[in-house]
Amino acid sequence: MAIEIPSIPLGGWIEGGLDWLTSEYSIVTRGISRVTQTGIDGLNDALMWLPEWGLLAIIVGLCWWVANLRLGIGAALGLALIWNLGLWEPMIETLTLVVIATLVAVVIAIPVGIAAALSERLYKTIMPVLDFMQTMPAFVYLIPAIPFFGIGSVSAIFATVIFSMPPAIRFTTLGIRQVPTDLIEAADAYGATRSQKLIKVQLPMSLPTVMAGINQTIMLALSMVVIAAMIGADGLGSEVWRAIQRLRPGDGFEAGIAVVILAMLLDRVTQSLRKGRKT
Amino acid sequence: MNENRNVKIRVRNLTKVFGNQPKKALEMHKEGMKRPEIFDKTGQTLGLSDINFDVYEGELLVIMGLSGSGKSTLIRCLNRLIEPTEGEIVIDGENIPELSDKALLECRRRHFSMVFQNFALFPHRTVQQNAEFGLEIRGVDKEERSKVARKALEHVGLNGWEDAYPNQLSGGMQQRVGLARALANDSTVLLMDEAFSALDPLIRGDMQQELLELQHRMQKTTVFITHDLDEAINIGDRIILLKDGAIVQIGTPEEILTHPADDYVARFIEGVDMSRILTAQHAMRPVRATAREEDGPRTTLRKMNENGIDSIYVTTRDRKLLGLAEVDAVEQAAKEGKDTIRDYLTQDFRAVGPDEPLHNLFAMFSEKSFPIAVVDDSRKLLGVVVKGAVLDELARAAEPAEVGADESEAGTDTANENIAAAGDA
Repeated sequence: MAIEIPSIPLGGWIEGGLDWLTSEYSIVTRGISRVTQTGIDGLNDALMWLPEWGLLAIIVGLCWWVANLRLGIGAALGLALIWNLGLWEPMIETLTLVVIATLVAVVIAIPVGIAAALSERLYKTIMPVLDFMQTMPAFVYLIPAIPFFGIGSVSAIFATVIFSMPPAIRFTTLGIRQVPTDLIEAADAYGATRSQKLIKVQLPMSLPTVMAGINQTIMLALSMVVIAAMIGADGLGSEVWRAIQRLRPGDGFEAGIAVVILAMLLDRVTQSLRKGRKT
Repeated sequence: MNENRNVKIRVRNLTKVFGNQPKKALEMHKEGMKRPEIFDKTGQTLGLSDINFDVYEGELLVIMGLSGSGKSTLIRCLNRLIEPTEGEIVIDGENIPELSDKALLECRRRHFSMVFQNFALFPHRTVQQNAEFGLEIRGVDKEERSKVARKALEHVGLNGWEDAYPNQLSGGMQQRVGLARALANDSTVLLMDEAFSALDPLIRGDMQQELLELQHRMQKTTVFITHDLDEAINIGDRIILLKDGAIVQIGTPEEILTHPADDYVARFIEGVDMSRILTAQHAMRPVRATAREEDGPRTTLRKMNENGIDSIYVTTRDRKLLGLAEVDAVEQAAKEGKDTIRDYLTQDFRAVGPDEPLHNLFAMFSEKSFPIAVVDDSRKLLGVVVKGAVLDELARAAEPAEVGADESEAGTDTANENIAAAGDA
């Protein structure tokens, strides 16, 4: 008979910790929840207030402006298809969640990325944390989100921000670290302070890399927002979720294709921003 | 001439140890151990040891050494891009190693502009914005710095390129931007770290020439690092030779060429093959004035006066060299009422054949200050070689195109001009 080794109650500890956080910081989480919800509703309402053709024209124009006419035409066709399939509203809801999650993620990620680039110690602490955040199965974040923020869009944003933030941090750090040392030396030689170096040399030179990170963040945010339908987030994800529950592959693919179109548009637009507008 | 000048930077007992136990390495060094020994025992690298020198106001000082000699470390210690382990670097009364971080920034802004081997231009900034960088860092307002930068770009011949980006320029032009960035800053000292080493030889020659002109015009104190002796001889007012982190010799190019401090320097100078390839006729200038043997002392004196010289070569009617008349001797002849200077000539000068290597002339100059006479087999006077011309010729010939070899039969007065023209092309 084998000796019985008691299993470590890791899950129990984590749950205890989360419970404690939920009860102790409920004011904070409720505050965050309210602010985020207001943001989501505001943006969503604004986008829905515009007539479909109006918003479509704006997006097409934007694509044309930042990229080229081809992307403009592609955007027009893709969005018209989504409209035609009757998925306009869920598409807007998804877009809103992606935009807000990305904004929050980027606002946190860039300062953290800069700090990690400049401090070796912070870099060494933060990299394993990022590994953890990225490799933890995305669904797992959904579970604690519910006690924190309840079912719905705010929880979706919370899980999405955590899941999509790492690339923005990583790329910011990478971008700053790969500024050639002779340029840093040149800035030093002319007596630049740390902040002058950062603002005048390191940040502008790392901008393309940072933009690549933001592009990655947007893509991850989109995928997570769709998954977040499981905890009640609105949007294309919930269309897919409904199709699964009712076993209707047709509906599922329609919503899925809408996600693909949205993803391609977001990707191409941010990539064009990164490369700089072509004339 | 340097002795009377003001000292701009005084460096004393400067030592740099790379590694985590500098104290231990310093101790061992003080006990007389050498670099490899210290490295074997402690893993510390003695980058620089006991460096002492002065940089004079307005001079162009070249620090020369092969890779690993510590020259880049040395120049970076001056503005503390590399932290010196021990020693004094005093600029205008401030001891740089002791400055606080804030004072150091101020010191770098005021005193040092640096030009880098690989240009180190900011790729996201236009040529104009690059040139403005130093002023921007110092907080000079936009209008002023734009004006100053434009002027600096003009100085280096880049007007019209203000809005280009560095990657649109050739290497030579990029380094001009680097130079403009340094000049616009109007610091008191210009540090040039192998500034021309990455350029191809033709462009390098041009840039050296331009630097000399700029330096002449602006009298900017310049510390120039190079691994190239020809470059050092060409541009340096003085040269510091560095080997294994220690100074081997300090001196003018001439002093280093004529009196190498040790075998190491001597071997280095052997590298200046031009001094063996080039011969007296390359550096030879036409004789400005000669006297005849039958000339009276008064005529001779007038010739000397007119040409501002105090010795004159005396020849026969068919230009065979007889001797040299010095002003004192001619005056003596005049006083004694002689009607010819024939008996007052001296043979105490050097005459060489046109094929004598320049290399051999160095030693002759150190004995006598007269121009060296160049004579053919029948002792006919072809021309003279003055001290400066030898160095000039070497410096020019250090540039490419092998001009020396092609000109060898043009053993006449025009040889100089031809070489000069080829060198500038």
